[in-house]
Amino acid sequence: MAGFGHYTHAIVRGIPASLAKEALRSSQSEVDLAGARKEHEAYVQVLGTRLGLEVVELPADESLPDCVFVEDAVVVCGDTALITRPGAESRRKETEVMKAALKNLNLNIVEMTDENATLDGGDVLFTGQEFFVGLSKRTNQKGAEILADVFKDYAVSTVPVLQGLHLKSFCSMGGPGLILIGSSEHAQKTLKIMQQMSDHRYDKLTLPDDAAANCLYMNLPNKGHVLVHPTAEEYPESATVFDKLKDHMLIPVSNIEKTKVDGALTCCSVLITKRANI
Amino acid sequence: MTTEAGSETEVKEKAEESAAETDQSEKASEGAQEVTDAEGEDKEKEKEKDGKEGKGIARYLPTWLKKQKSQSQTSPTKEEPPKEESNSKDTQEEDGPVPEVNGHAEEVEEKEAVKSDEVKEQEAESHSTASADTEPAKEEKVQESAEKSPEETVVTEEGEGVEEEKKEQEGEGEKEGEEGGEEGHTSIFQSPLRLVRKSKMKLVVCRVTLLDGTDFTCEVEKRAKGQFLFFKVCEHLNLMEKDYFGLSYIDSHEQKVWLDPTKEIKRQIRSNNWQFSFNVKFYPPDPSLLTEDITRYLLCLQLREDVASGRLPCSFVTHALLGSYTLQAEVGDYEPDQPRPLDNVGQLTFAPNQNREMEEKIVELHKSHRGMTPAQADVQFLENAKKLSMYGVDLHHAKDSEGVDIMLGVCANGLLVYKDRLRINRFAWPKILKISYKRNNFYIKIRPGETEQFESTVGFKLQNHRSAKRLWKVCVENHSFFRLNAPEPPTKARFLTLGSKFRYSGRTQAQSRVASSLIDRPAPCFERTSSKRISRSLDGAPMIRITEATSENGGDPHLELHSDSKVMEVDLSPGDAEATPTQSLEASEPAPSQSPNRVHGDNIYVRHSNLMLEDHDKTQDEVLKHQASISQLKRSFMEAPPPSPPQPNQWEKRLTSSPAPTIRIQQQQQVESAPQAEDAPVAENEISDTKEPAKTAEVEIEETVVVQEVSIAPKPGLVTVTSPQEVTVEKEVVVTVETKEAKQESVSSESESEEEAEYQPNVSVSICHTQILEEEEEEEEEEEKKGVSVPDAPSLPAEVEEEPEQKNNAEEEIQAKSNDDPITTQATNGHSLPEDSAVAPEEEEEEEEEEQEEQLKMNGVASVVEAEPRLQVICCSEPPVVKTEMVTISDTFAAQKTEIATKEVPIVHTETKTITYEAAQLDGNGDGEPGVLMTAQTITSESLCTTTTTHITKTLKGGLSETRIEKRIVITGDCDIDHDQALAQAIKEAKEQHPDMSVTRVVVHKETELAEEED
Repeated sequence: MAGFGHYTHAIVRGIPASLAKEALRSSQSEVDLAGARKEHEAYVQVLGTRLGLEVVELPADESLPDCVFVEDAVVVCGDTALITRPGAESRRKETEVMKAALKNLNLNIVEMTDENATLDGGDVLFTGQEFFVGLSKRTNQKGAEILADVFKDYAVSTVPVLQGLHLKSFCSMGGPGLILIGSSEHAQKTLKIMQQMSDHRYDKLTLPDDAAANCLYMNLPNKGHVLVHPTAEEYPESATVFDKLKDHMLIPVSNIEKTKVDGALTCCSVLITKRANI
Repeated sequence: MTTEAGSETEVKEKAEESAAETDQSEKASEGAQEVTDAEGEDKEKEKEKDGKEGKGIARYLPTWLKKQKSQSQTSPTKEEPPKEESNSKDTQEEDGPVPEVNGHAEEVEEKEAVKSDEVKEQEAESHSTASADTEPAKEEKVQESAEKSPEETVVTEEGEGVEEEKKEQEGEGEKEGEEGGEEGHTSIFQSPLRLVRKSKMKLVVCRVTLLDGTDFTCEVEKRAKGQFLFFKVCEHLNLMEKDYFGLSYIDSHEQKVWLDPTKEIKRQIRSNNWQFSFNVKFYPPDPSLLTEDITRYLLCLQLREDVASGRLPCSFVTHALLGSYTLQAEVGDYEPDQPRPLDNVGQLTFAPNQNREMEEKIVELHKSHRGMTPAQADVQFLENAKKLSMYGVDLHHAKDSEGVDIMLGVCANGLLVYKDRLRINRFAWPKILKISYKRNNFYIKIRPGETEQFESTVGFKLQNHRSAKRLWKVCVENHSFFRLNAPEPPTKARFLTLGSKFRYSGRTQAQSRVASSLIDRPAPCFERTSSKRISRSLDGAPMIRITEATSENGGDPHLELHSDSKVMEVDLSPGDAEATPTQSLEASEPAPSQSPNRVHGDNIYVRHSNLMLEDHDKTQDEVLKHQASISQLKRSFMEAPPPSPPQPNQWEKRLTSSPAPTIRIQQQQQVESAPQAEDAPVAENEISDTKEPAKTAEVEIEETVVVQEVSIAPKPGLVTVTSPQEVTVEKEVVVTVETKEAKQESVSSESESEEEAEYQPNVSVSICHTQILEEEEEEEEEEEKKGVSVPDAPSLPAEVEEEPEQKNNAEEEIQAKSNDDPITTQATNGHSLPEDSAVAPEEEEEEEEEEQEEQLKMNGVASVVEAEPRLQVICCSEPPVVKTEMVTISDTFAAQKTEIATKEVPIVHTETKTITYEAAQLDGNGDGEPGVLMTAQTITSESLCTTTTTHITKTLKGGLSETRIEKRIVITGDCDIDHDQALAQAIKEAKEQHPDMSVTRVVVHKETELAEEED
């Protein structure tokens, strides 16, 4: 708990040209590939240059249109990385490069081999004290079980994802013990379930827009609480809510294009804590 | 003596509640005497109080008499003040002369034992049927009464007459006490070890497997109770904080079962295999709060075993880390020149699937622990182990209503439901209204959510009746241990009921903590068996963390206290030696703000507040490190509602004038009240400019007006207006709800068959504490809202939270299930009855006394008036609160309101006043129809000194739509708020705003904090 958000490394991946046409999406929309790449570049820049994380950039793979959304391929907690079995079949191969990259970082790698299990990292909310796994179109009970088996120290509770793609499509952590949550009915309902299931108490910050509740929280040396969040252009109402977080260093990052293919801010990176010793 | 007899019977019954031999004839008599019980209890209690007050062992033992207390407390409502006054004086007078109180703990203990003997003998006189097995209950009773605070004036209708009677008895008791004194007891802290009868009994050899794997053999009489053996083992282990432990045996079905301390061993094991094992029964949520290293060591042994066997699952890294601390504790610093360090490691089992890789990791981590003492290594081990999600979770196989295999986990916080490894539901204790089992079914009744009107019942199927019962018992025990201040008395004498009356009989965690905070012996040396390493235990280990171990910033109160006591021991004669240190402890404790020992005080407060904080590890850690948060906590601790700051002067006065034990009691009560405040850090922060009344002489007034408006017909509504001045407010309101529930309980608890039993976690006894906790829960919700509205700022949409469908999925499921369930039906049908009983408070004042009695007859205990729980709460936080006034007004009689002059009392710090207005309940709740929730919304608006919360619920019920508006206004200010005006205003407004609705309930609650009245 003490070290929650103390990330040192980030893994990101480039955007293949196939994203514009072939990436999975829940609503029909035209993606401006150049715009998406520009936004992604800015995103990576924030992580690396601005926040000083060691960024590992994986090359894009044209055969994997969704490969930029690295979050879904792995769940990292402490020194252990669980390579997932993404719910969308077209994305299963995304894990290969990821696995290699994580090996280079000397993490303990566990693979999800069970053919009945599916799990997208986007359905996994780690609060620092426990896991919530959203049971969604992409993640099933078996996948959650395997996750629980891998991260034995923590309670793993399942919550239903009633709407939206992933659990983290409408929530994320905004700090130690602070859950950012969208204001939609299903988001609020899910939060209620999470609160009921937990032995811990969480504060919540409700965002008018569900999608705006997906932010990247970090706790970095010399910077303190950092929140990378969507811009005011995208979500003007929610942007004012972020301003209430007085203790946080707020970094707005534009994510308009990737949002069209259901890519939120957390989707585009895997954050890792590598301690110097141990 | 009739009444006396009644209570005696009851006591006896309680003692035997769990005993297998339930005497039927006796039962019948109980039934007959039920009526007199109430009075009898009062008297009994008073008697005991007079006799024992200030003898302070109280806290060592369970206090389940609270139930009775609550009953008697209904009387102050309608009491005539003069009586109360005389009574309280009486109490105090009798307080004074008790001379032994300054004796050291053991001495007092003995007396206590003696006392109980005496009581027992009395009982034997009056009842030939009396069995000999009453000791534990006696102890408890005695002690419970001692626990009662002096200012909590208990008055029975019969007043003086009773008092004489009880004085007589007291005298008698003292006489008899001397002869009884020889009956020894072996434990310092606990009730005497006693065999069932003083007759020659056959001895049996018991073999107890200890946590280090060794066997302890001892002889006990064949009819000895579980307790006897347990104490013997603890004695052997030199363990004082024994409440976390227990003995288990393997029953004929190969199941591990806890040995009931109050029952004969022979009757439990039902075999000739007197083989037991000593285990941790309640895993302390925060082991750093244990007082002694030896206790932690034993806990470590248990956890090592749990981890190694896989019962406590943990990751590779955690296995390695825990193993490395074990190694440090057992073999000391890593020796680099040791030829093959891994050999050493290989001999020990750390994990179920231990391998070379893990052992290497363990050795690697071990190197980094250099310099750590065994005790410190244990602390670290526990700090890591306690974070594991399955720490302290007792798993039971079960099936859900659809026959799906699940696991039910009982733990300190409640009941967890797992499917495979996944947590699929959780029922926190405050959410649970009743636990019961019937045949192989296990049921929990769930408190309705914010928008639900009816409780639901969830049922699970267990393998067989035995496992259902075992699970039920574990739940009862865990709930009692972790949630209650004092164990609940065993089930009241219920006429013609069978089924288990099992209740937890030991000390609760709260009691245990207080008791162990008074442990006053040099840290015992003990040998670490596996390594033969003698522990150089550090006195203060409880608070030591690696980072702090070296710092001498006085951050560890315990250390200092110990040194204090050592000095004392040197200086004083043995008799005083033990009393004085305690006093010094007291002295530093309660004087947080003014005494020169300021740092001392702070720290001790922290320590105490920690006691109840297990959920908030973070807070604790911070507290231990930052003085700032310490003072914050301290403040909130002192603010524990009802605002009752400890008053240094008061404390000092007590120190000199009153017996030390009394003081200890107060400590405990303080501790009890702590969680309320502590649990609400957010709220606290927001209202952070709370003053420390000990220093200032300002007058604080709190006023709450609750107007509840409910009209039935087409559009009923419910308006609650509350106008007080602090956080406390919410609590008040919640209490109202609470009582209702309690009432419902009492009604539905009637039907039982042999194969079932139930346990209602919050019926009156527990009210004191459980309720508080429940309030917290509510408060949490409040906080959440605040938490949102604060960052969201006034104008944002998030500010108004619409929760049209608040029932979450899980709950819906539950409801669906429970509809087919007989128990649910019962519960819902029972609803009409509670409504009836709820009418009771509306009766005219004059009639209320009788009414009360009737209620007692009718419903057993629970149907206490509206106001009662409040009283309880107030009584918890001891020193300051004195003045309490409760007025109930009935619409039916058009009585507006009547005030009763409050009794005169020596110290007045806080004044609480509650006026309840209730219209005759035409409400159709009783129709048992759940209704369909249409919408629900909560609107909160806040201004500088008022907070208005409006709760609107629309339900569709049998074709009628019903709207309930509940408005709660909290007014905070330092001027006097006109009570009557506030009430009138609230009603007027409510009527104006909703002319088509009727006002069904108005509660005005006022809390005033008065300036300290120096004597």
